[in-house]
Amino acid sequence: MKTARMRIFTLLAAVISCIHIVPFYILLTTSLKAKGDYSSKWSLPSAFSFQNFREAWERASLGQSFLNTIIITAVSAALLIFMGSLAAYPLARRNTKLNKIVFGLLISIMIIPPLTSMVPLYKMVADAGLINTHAAAILINTAAYMPLTVFLYSGFIRSSIPKELEEAARMDGAGLIRTFYTIVFPLLKPITATVCIISCVFIWNDYQFAIFFLQDQKVQTLTVAMAGFFGENANNLHLVAAAAIMAMLPMVVLFLALQKYFISGLSSGAVKG
Amino acid sequence: MSDLARETQGFQHQKPVKSASLWWMYVPALATVFIFMIFPFVKGAFITFTNWNGFSQTYQWVGVTQYKRLFTDPDTWLVVKNTLLYGIGSTFFQNMLGLLYALLLNQSLKMKALTRTIVYLPVIISPLIMGYIWYFIFSYDGGALNDVLGALGIGPVNALASPAANPWIIVMINTYQYAGIAMIVYLAGLQSIPKDYYEAAKMDGAGGLQPFFTITLPLLMPAVTINMVINIIGGLKLFDVIFALTAGGPGNSSQSMSTFMYDLYFKRQDAGYAAAQGVFMSVIILVISFSALVYFKRKETEMS
Repeated sequence: MKTARMRIFTLLAAVISCIHIVPFYILLTTSLKAKGDYSSKWSLPSAFSFQNFREAWERASLGQSFLNTIIITAVSAALLIFMGSLAAYPLARRNTKLNKIVFGLLISIMIIPPLTSMVPLYKMVADAGLINTHAAAILINTAAYMPLTVFLYSGFIRSSIPKELEEAARMDGAGLIRTFYTIVFPLLKPITATVCIISCVFIWNDYQFAIFFLQDQKVQTLTVAMAGFFGENANNLHLVAAAAIMAMLPMVVLFLALQKYFISGLSSGAVKG
Repeated sequence: MSDLARETQGFQHQKPVKSASLWWMYVPALATVFIFMIFPFVKGAFITFTNWNGFSQTYQWVGVTQYKRLFTDPDTWLVVKNTLLYGIGSTFFQNMLGLLYALLLNQSLKMKALTRTIVYLPVIISPLIMGYIWYFIFSYDGGALNDVLGALGIGPVNALASPAANPWIIVMINTYQYAGIAMIVYLAGLQSIPKDYYEAAKMDGAGGLQPFFTITLPLLMPAVTINMVINIIGGLKLFDVIFALTAGGPGNSSQSMSTFMYDLYFKRQDAGYAAAQGVFMSVIILVISFSALVYFKRKETEMS
């Protein structure tokens, strides 16, 4: 009885897995077939060819896009971690009216879609001469995910950092920044890991901002490169599939390696900015 | 840390040090948010009263003309309808699927971890790329779906050319991509329910689906609230998938408020109107998200 139930449940899980893997399977078979191979996307290629990957890498200038994406993601994540943790501390510890207002403001920004401020933001960035610069993408991504970061840090500080720590460390002005980063910050490691994963996934995959501010090929991120490449190669989807696999590979590998942290992290920060 | 904590025990009987307000610690973060989010948002509200085209140096004040346009534009209501479908439709399906998967994976079975990984994997993929992947499936020429239909003796369908089907295809893809989050949140909720609750119910003679409605669901309500609110906010903001798969088309049939705004600003050079749509969109999203939050919070207390 018990094993029969288990078998049925296992079978169900297998069916679900098969259905969910289909898009990835189709992507893989498409990427491995040569140009002009019009066989069904369900069938495996007769000969495995990695030619598409080499060609897509060069023609979509993925190397440059990888570099741009890495720079933008890494710098934004670092800014989010340093500024967000610093900001969260007083908000979590001091129950003043001002702090309540600031916190409420940050929460409501999390709900508003970033696109609504895009029209004036674009003009602002253009006036400052920052269109097609890494700086624009870094600053805007940092601002966009700051509310979520502060929210996560302050929740963690409230629940797991002892209040007495502050009195012991005498956080009273002089040398405060040093005290914060040397004494409090190391204790925030678990939530810092979460913030790091969330911001890396969101910013690596960002398209909404990138498409506005990073049109130039020299600064474009992987998503912008992918969008352009798809437009140019609508009749050679094999190349598009190969480029897509390469663009998502770093996150997939990281996910498979650090799965536990990804799942708990992304789920706690699922209120995407 | 433990050393410090122990050290501080000694201080407790002393008069507590008057705590500094520390407000300046959030100045860098708040300044960034102000400059790049709040200030443009407020400025956007001003632009809605102009006929600015998005790039020229001159524009006129036109009062509430843009809002009059918005309320009389049939496209507005089509776009609102789609946005609600993306927000509420995906939320419904993501939660149903997430809950069913979580209930299954909470049983004893093999392949638990693998199934969880596979269902969760799409969450980390760029929604733009996810849109392209599904294009391989839905495209008319050589699409994977038409191969299946062909094998079943059904003629090829051009799903992406159908204004009626497109919004539902997008709901389906969004559900596929983010059902993993709902599943994980529900799974965590299920694992926190003590096993003896069910044993007690069994002794009282509860059978069939009864324990689910009397024990599981009430105790799962906090997870329901989180999932509902997260998914509604995400769905209402949907942009990348639509952009990749249908670009809002055919016509405006699958346009969400986000993609519609993008079109108005960049393709039709109608910045004043785009900004008005943006303000309208924020109001709708704020109202719906807060109502959902309040509604489910109330349900939580009712059921517990």
